[in-house]
Amino acid sequence: MAHKSIETKHYEERASFFDDLTRMGQLSRRGFLHIAGVSAGIAAAKGLIVPQSFQLIEIAQAAETATPAFTIAYVSDTHLYTRNVNDRFIRSAVKAVEDVNALDPQPDFVLFGGDLAQLGRREELDLGAQILKDLKAPVKMMVGEHDWFLDMGEHWQALFGPPQYSFDHKGVHFVTLMSVQEKDFWTARGMTPEERMHTVAGLDNGIQSRFEVGPDGRQWLQNDLAGVDKATPIVIFSHSPLYKYYRNWNFWTEDADEVQAILSKFDTVSVIHGHTHQLLLNHIGNIDFYGLLSTAWPWPYAPEGLPKLTVQMNRADPFNAFDGCGDGQLNVLASGMIDKVYNLWNRNPVTVRASYLSSSGAKDRPPATTLSSY
Amino acid sequence: MRPSQLALALCLAAGPALAGNDPPRHQLPVSPDGNLVVGLCDGETSIEVKGVKPGDQLTREQGQAIADTLMKEWRSKHPDAEWVVAAAEPPAPGQLPGVKALGQDQFQTYGAFTERDQQIWKESTDRLVAEGKRIFHDDKALGGTNAVSCDMCHPDGSNTHPETYPKFQVQLGRVALLRDMINWCIENPVRGKPFADDDPRLKALEAYILAQRKGVALDYGKH
Repeated sequence: MAHKSIETKHYEERASFFDDLTRMGQLSRRGFLHIAGVSAGIAAAKGLIVPQSFQLIEIAQAAETATPAFTIAYVSDTHLYTRNVNDRFIRSAVKAVEDVNALDPQPDFVLFGGDLAQLGRREELDLGAQILKDLKAPVKMMVGEHDWFLDMGEHWQALFGPPQYSFDHKGVHFVTLMSVQEKDFWTARGMTPEERMHTVAGLDNGIQSRFEVGPDGRQWLQNDLAGVDKATPIVIFSHSPLYKYYRNWNFWTEDADEVQAILSKFDTVSVIHGHTHQLLLNHIGNIDFYGLLSTAWPWPYAPEGLPKLTVQMNRADPFNAFDGCGDGQLNVLASGMIDKVYNLWNRNPVTVRASYLSSSGAKDRPPATTLSSY
Repeated sequence: MRPSQLALALCLAAGPALAGNDPPRHQLPVSPDGNLVVGLCDGETSIEVKGVKPGDQLTREQGQAIADTLMKEWRSKHPDAEWVVAAAEPPAPGQLPGVKALGQDQFQTYGAFTERDQQIWKESTDRLVAEGKRIFHDDKALGGTNAVSCDMCHPDGSNTHPETYPKFQVQLGRVALLRDMINWCIENPVRGKPFADDDPRLKALEAYILAQRKGVALDYGKH
């Protein structure tokens, strides 16, 4: 018998498992449990120590929850270099676009979560725009610091328009913020635009300022929300987390408290943010926070400041360029709250229910971490 | 009048220096016949050893003759000076300005270092760590070909867990050291060529990564 790598066996098992699922067609909860039982049986028969495989506990539960009012898909943090420099991140971005295009039914729209480019170059942004054009559903763009600090947003805005805007969709008020403003650290240091961009692009250099929405942005947000009823569900798209997680890596929004104060009068608020490249959950006051996955690479969890409600995603396998990366969906419920699906490549998807955060962790805890940070 | 004392310490070859920071060297004259030239550790005196080429094996007697000749030469240049081996008669604590001796209870040569020594050692070590940090953050210095550097996945060296090596690395099918994983990363995500075991860049990277985990308990084999 030919030798097969662990990875090959994993994919074969996974493929055959999903074939079984397809054959069963319309699945009942019992059907899911049956397959879950079969997969556990196979795992036990093979003597696998960890019965990790494909037991679909999450999806079995999903059959019992309310159908979402509508669904949004997301792709985020693609960090594209031009093809001659690095094609790996391009392949990842294309993979995410294919994932989203394969969704049936299609999402109402696709959020792009920022950091389309790696170094803000015109060619990188153009390439990203071209890749995102293949998405079948409409795209809502958000800007990240990697898109901005070479030309201070000139080319990004030429391609995608203003970085801060709002819209209403099926009873939900959506706001996209420009939350990666920085105070001028470059002029006094005599930095070129390239040096400024390189500095912002690194997490651990300590030279750059901290992210902020800034006074103008906050004023704009206040004005935008002035006429919105407090019962209207609010969803904020922001590249930076809109809370203070870990300052040294700029997993941080300097004026987060002020922004949260503006949002505090609403009954239901969700913040969907990019930048942190990891499964990241938080709940502060009335606000649920969800971090998006990157397609390019996962960041490790910061050494301190991790929100208590975060269930860590397992450590990434360095030998698999896609592991720890992915895309996902936001299932907006009739209440305006959001069930969040982390579609981690090469892993089982992780669903985080709105009820998990709104109950401050008492209900619907996501599957436990088996390989936590060192 | 008391003769001037001149303390000469044992000369050791300087370790591999970091680029741009080479210490001053004793420039030895070149023998026209290609003979071996040996320098004294005063940085000035040297002799040519007739009939011996660089790399030839010397007998103990030949070595002693060279040492005696050099010493004689030095004495003739410094008729009033006294040759003192530094460690044989250490300065009393507090004798050197700004230098305070540590631990005087059980004196030994090996332990006779001062705060000043420690500062020098720390600075030298930190310089190696800083060089490692520079390489860690620089795709070109890593020899990469796709603009990926270590810090892009490992800010502040996070998630490199040097304390867990050696360990069986399942994906490699063998026991790996930290340096094996550094080289793996250089070859794969960074798309460069692995560094040789004695490559100063590899040493500097190890120094930086280890320095980020100061105080973490060693736990080899941990997964």
